[in-house]
Amino acid sequence: MPLVNGGKIVNDGFVKLAVDTPLPEGGDILVPAERFLSEADALLERSGKVGVIWPNNRDIAELVPYLGKLASVALVFPSFRDGRAYSQARLLRERYGYRGDLRATGQVLRDQFVFMLRAGFDSFEVKKPADAEAFMQTAKRYSVFYQPTGDGRITALHRRMQLRHSEGVGT
Amino acid sequence: MYAYDEIDRTLVNERVLEFRDQVKRRLSGELTEDEFKMLRLQNGVYLQLHAYMFRVAIPYGTLASNQLRALAHVARKYDRGYGHFTTRQNIQFNWIKLAELPDALADLAEVGIHAMQTSGNNMRNVTSDQWAGVAPGEIEDPRIWSELIRQHTTLHPEFSFLPRKFKIAITASDHDRAAIKVHDIGLRLIKNEKGETGFEVLVGGGLGRTPFIGKTIKHFVHGRDLLSYIEAILRVYNQYGRRDNIYKARIKILVHELGIEKFSREVEEEWQQIRNSSLQIDDEVIEDIRSRFIYPAYEKLPHMPDELRQAAADPDFEAWRKNSVAPHKIPGYSIVTISLKPIGAPPGDATAEQMDALADLADKYSFGEIRVGHEQNLALPHVAKRDLPALWKALDRLGLATPNVNLITDIIACPGLDYCSLANARSIPIAQELTRRFANHELANLIGRLHINISGCINACGHHHVGHIGILGVEKNGEEVYQITIGGRADEGAALGNLIGPGVKFDEVADVVEDIVEAYLALRERPEELFVDTVKRLGVEPFKERVYATR
Repeated sequence: MPLVNGGKIVNDGFVKLAVDTPLPEGGDILVPAERFLSEADALLERSGKVGVIWPNNRDIAELVPYLGKLASVALVFPSFRDGRAYSQARLLRERYGYRGDLRATGQVLRDQFVFMLRAGFDSFEVKKPADAEAFMQTAKRYSVFYQPTGDGRITALHRRMQLRHSEGVGT
Repeated sequence: MYAYDEIDRTLVNERVLEFRDQVKRRLSGELTEDEFKMLRLQNGVYLQLHAYMFRVAIPYGTLASNQLRALAHVARKYDRGYGHFTTRQNIQFNWIKLAELPDALADLAEVGIHAMQTSGNNMRNVTSDQWAGVAPGEIEDPRIWSELIRQHTTLHPEFSFLPRKFKIAITASDHDRAAIKVHDIGLRLIKNEKGETGFEVLVGGGLGRTPFIGKTIKHFVHGRDLLSYIEAILRVYNQYGRRDNIYKARIKILVHELGIEKFSREVEEEWQQIRNSSLQIDDEVIEDIRSRFIYPAYEKLPHMPDELRQAAADPDFEAWRKNSVAPHKIPGYSIVTISLKPIGAPPGDATAEQMDALADLADKYSFGEIRVGHEQNLALPHVAKRDLPALWKALDRLGLATPNVNLITDIIACPGLDYCSLANARSIPIAQELTRRFANHELANLIGRLHINISGCINACGHHHVGHIGILGVEKNGEEVYQITIGGRADEGAALGNLIGPGVKFDEVADVVEDIVEAYLALRERPEELFVDTVKRLGVEPFKERVYATR
């Protein structure tokens, strides 16, 4: 699966560990949630970056004590129809202030990119290579957003207010 | 009317472009049907029995005449010359080609109409009172808040893939014409003791396989907190709503399983975290939306003009006026309901010619505005009383003056087995037969207000649970069987109907309804006692006896 980050297809520097894969000496790793929580201290002490793969039915608040030390949080879309990870992403970004890499994994298709970007994801394990190639074009599909999220995009309501105020100047 | 600005129009156009691309990828095979399904549903496109069905949103039921003409154009150019108005303030077209859908959407976008989120597991078209803004005694126009919610829930980045569909309805009147108690979230606009605008919030209502009446989760949410409170409910639902079983995925099941106290604690906890965020609505934003609802320049008109006095001599006009014309908040004006239930026809259908002609009548007599109600009727919301006789004549020529609004032949029915791939039984022929049985206006008038609702399957698109008489078609051993409930209602006193006994065959339904009605006429205390009130007073038993004694 191609990884898109910063709008470009990049090499995935992280190795995904299973629950029982022996821990490699060095290098960057993504670790399943349960393993991470049980070995957190040891994992964070080794050299190399550590990220966690967090299931969409587990309370994201459990990650809060570690957020400052995590290089990546990978949230899971077991099916593109299952939208729980959108809520987790927004909570991580907006409530818990997570600033590291936030990765979308699983059934990630181009038609979700805009939603995912708005929810705070910045890297994407895209299921179809053609979708990964179309990332930038798809990500720019919309120029109008009605809801405030933590992504910094101005909402339609506020853009209207700005327009209204600027029109007011000089009248 | 709400006027879209450049910002709204840009979004609708961007959506059309996206869907055009999605259809192209589906037609080329780049998208599988499974992947495409969710995308097309989010644009109101179903694959039905015979063809693709296209469902277009009419937010809070308000249409401008040019928008109605655009719907007529779609019916004519891309479909078979008619459309079907539904119980959700939508219109459906039944025979549209997938390859032409993007063009149809683009044509509608020109007049600010879209099909966003009319289906799929997301927040559906916001519905409201079809008399909003004109009903006497309303707290304020609920469409201002409906529009705020419409915007907020459109392409919401967190809630576009919910466990199941999600419906919000708003009313601002004592008499609830929006059926808020059978919605996922029901909102009742109220004022607190300080005179501030806010909402009583109900949650977990819904029909379908497991019907529930919504429960009050909060007695007063201030207007400025409305979006954050809705967002809190949705976030709790998105995280904890069941996804293992499609039949248990609606919020009503979550509310039921957790109990309203525990559910409301979860929501409260979430809400406290976000209520002072950028979701808080300042007055300026509300004023901006309010300013884009344009109200007619009403004239000062007499309460009883000569035209009306003279027309009163015509019993046909009077019959129509009595049941189609309702009081307006401005003296000298009326709200006119247009029955889409002519005797013998499928409820809720209108031809392209009728839509065009109605648009013209709206321009002539109703400041260019039309409303769509959940009863599958239309309304002209600002008709001067002096124009009523002329309007009636024009409607009559179009076959749109059937004087049966709120009477027994004003039936709500889903498309049923004739169109729908989910249905197990026919609805339309049952409705047609019942309208013929009760075609006699004197009899229908004698019976008084009585709502029959028919669904062709358990999904309850015809809202049979809340029909005064509810008829549910099911399939049993390869045969259509109809279960009949009585005593349901969808208004402020919302209640679910009770089953009167074993299901009956297709051919027997109309007879059974006649028996029920005869029993009612014999049992009611006085002519003003509505059918549904007689049922409430006496229970199911006497009706059951009457129906099954001879069967």
